[in-house]
Amino acid sequence: MPTLTSEKKAARPAGRSNGRRPPELLFGDLWEYDPAPETADPKLKPRYDLFIGGRFVAPSTGQYFDSINPATEQKLAELALGGAADVDAACRAAARAFDTIWGRMPGRERGKYLFRIARLLQDRAREFAVAETMDNGKPIRETRDFDVPMCAAHFFYHGGWADKLEYVAPGRRLVPLGVVGQVIPWNFPLLMLSWKIAPALAAGNCVVIKPASNTSITAVKLAEIFQDAGLPAGVVNVVTGPGATGGALMAHPTTAKIAFTGSTEVGKVIMRSVAGSDKRMTMELGGKAANIVFDDAPIDQAVEGVVNGIFFNQGQVCCAGSRLLVQETVADAVVAKLKRRLRVLRVGDPLDKNTDVGAIVSRAQLETILGYLDAGVKEGAEMWQPPCRLPAKGFFMAPTIFTGVTQSHRIAREEIFGPVLSILTFRTVEEAVEKANNTAYGLSAGVWTDKGSRILKMSTELKAGVVWANTFNKFDPASPFGGYKESGFGREGGRQGLLDYAKLT
Amino acid sequence: MLPNHPAALRHLFDEIGTVDAIGIEERVAKFTTRSIKKRAKLFGLKLAVSMVDLTTLEGKDTPGKVASLCRKALRPHDATDIPPVAAVCVYPAMVRHARRALGPDSPVRIASVATAFPSGQTPLRTRLGEVRAAVADGADEIDMVLNRGAFLAGEFARVQDEIAAVGEARGDAALKVILETSELETYDQIRAASFLAMRMIRAGDFIKTSTGKTAANATLGNNQVMIEAIRDFYLETGTPIGMKPAGGIRTAKQALQFLIAVKETLGDAWLNNTRYRFGASALLNDLLRQLEKERTGAYQAPYYFSEAAESY
Repeated sequence: MPTLTSEKKAARPAGRSNGRRPPELLFGDLWEYDPAPETADPKLKPRYDLFIGGRFVAPSTGQYFDSINPATEQKLAELALGGAADVDAACRAAARAFDTIWGRMPGRERGKYLFRIARLLQDRAREFAVAETMDNGKPIRETRDFDVPMCAAHFFYHGGWADKLEYVAPGRRLVPLGVVGQVIPWNFPLLMLSWKIAPALAAGNCVVIKPASNTSITAVKLAEIFQDAGLPAGVVNVVTGPGATGGALMAHPTTAKIAFTGSTEVGKVIMRSVAGSDKRMTMELGGKAANIVFDDAPIDQAVEGVVNGIFFNQGQVCCAGSRLLVQETVADAVVAKLKRRLRVLRVGDPLDKNTDVGAIVSRAQLETILGYLDAGVKEGAEMWQPPCRLPAKGFFMAPTIFTGVTQSHRIAREEIFGPVLSILTFRTVEEAVEKANNTAYGLSAGVWTDKGSRILKMSTELKAGVVWANTFNKFDPASPFGGYKESGFGREGGRQGLLDYAKLT
Repeated sequence: MLPNHPAALRHLFDEIGTVDAIGIEERVAKFTTRSIKKRAKLFGLKLAVSMVDLTTLEGKDTPGKVASLCRKALRPHDATDIPPVAAVCVYPAMVRHARRALGPDSPVRIASVATAFPSGQTPLRTRLGEVRAAVADGADEIDMVLNRGAFLAGEFARVQDEIAAVGEARGDAALKVILETSELETYDQIRAASFLAMRMIRAGDFIKTSTGKTAANATLGNNQVMIEAIRDFYLETGTPIGMKPAGGIRTAKQALQFLIAVKETLGDAWLNNTRYRFGASALLNDLLRQLEKERTGAYQAPYYFSEAAESY
């Protein structure tokens, strides 16, 4: 381990040599930050209907279900419980819109609608950020600085493509597929929606989308923006409801393509349900990314990247860097720095502008994560959590790291989808690659080193859709995102993502 | 024989590690999104006042100007709950005037920029003579400049020997080593220079970003590199070194961002003026302006608090 004292001794002798306790930093309450809640009005309605054929309509089931704020466990609004008949109506509305308007509209006209949606969202960015935070539990810092701006960026980016489709594949023509059925997860409700809808619309398809039942509010709020933007009726339809509603949508005969983001388990069920049909598919599924820190990496920045990699969005990120692979020689130094860094991570009210880690999306998800903590401890790994005061109500948990983890531990193999980091060590580059690739998943990976040649070698050898070098969790609408192996197939974003929403003729 | 520079620097980096520029700037950007309200803001503003090294370093400085600066330093504002600043910072020739103005047992210390400030380009014996003179005239603290020429040429031993020589000449006074970060060019070199300096000084001494006499001064980025170096050095040796960003911090908002970086990197033990200072002049009136705004709930008329430090 590199040591910080040189042969030339410091002017004062080292504190630990004369039997005193080793020096430690004090992160106390000398200067507590006062609460700094974001106060913008999320403009929530007590009840939200389905958005089908350009209108908000009551569900055929006549039923509604509650959406709660995971930070307070209080009811936010009622959402329509869409049934198979509603999915059918939405698909018919989408097919009609495709045949009569959207499929025939010149790309430059379609682009105008996408730009308009992006601008209207920007105008109401704070309102949407607060609504997203209340619905999902993620900190306002993230919804304000990441989710909402990135959502708008995806509409802007694909709006730019709409009139340039003839240049995507020179010499060939892009033809839209028709009606696309999409099911999205609860971890980035708005952002996942834009990843799905924007490229589909740019290429000339019409959409039926089913948001996650936990986090549907911003999707139906965005439907208001579709109306304000004058988007023709039926081009985008939003059907809220439980998993079964999504199942009905995925299996519906009208859809030419289905796109799903969610767990590998559900992805497999969907793929079975459409086996034998000619539907196209894009699957963006789970991950168990390795964040690999070599001994020559700038340690503080690597630690910052590791923290960002696993505690961003409470670790509820498919590409989260949930496995830290650290070279033996610096393992102790990295873990010590990581622990100090976690001591100043602020867990609490997601609406507070100083909160770094918010609430877990639901009680069920929290229980799943806590189950993994038990499993980790039972299997012999060592658990550590920083001291932090969790709010009395709401689905909160402390950021957690496990040391002494081996490849066979469940916490090293299974996707936890929570703020839990498993730390493993390695000795050689080959061992790092072997361990990183030794998983059923292959969505993302991170490499931390000062050596450029090693970055290039690792990026070819790591079987992951994205490899970040000396950074983590960086996204851009122009950059394709997707997985290897059981992390799925197809790409979202960039030219590649656009091609997944069109036929080439 | 002089050591070969790239090899010497590489050897040093092997010991202390390197810095990723993009990573450090992303880290400090997070500090700027912290929202400091109400009591926390009051506490931070008063803390910042108590950490100011109220500075005048002009060729046109006069005993009268220094005396009025000292009065401002002792009592920055009429409000009695506002503390005096940490120190006044003047050229060596002004030290005796400052001592006369402040008296022998002043709560405000006298810092003096000795060692041929800001360039340091005079013979060592001249610089040491300047340090001794300033201390003899009553300086409590000596702000010396690092020999950047020697550092950039890779003559680390000479850099450290000079710091040691000044360290001897300053006697009981506290020492602040100015790295002049803008002339070190990279975050890696700033970290390297921080360690070279810290290994030669004692608990209660400081490292300082800049002279304020070059185009680029203290930034959250180079402050972060230096406080992380201080943290690592403290954890390794147990010796707590202080930090002084200087130049370019003109607003209360900036000062709070620097303090947030200290709170979240070094912790509570550095949130006092024995371990953290601001080298500034215009900053003080903006801190007072914001304190008055917090007290009265109203923004202050521009003519209540001068923008120009000359009129302190």
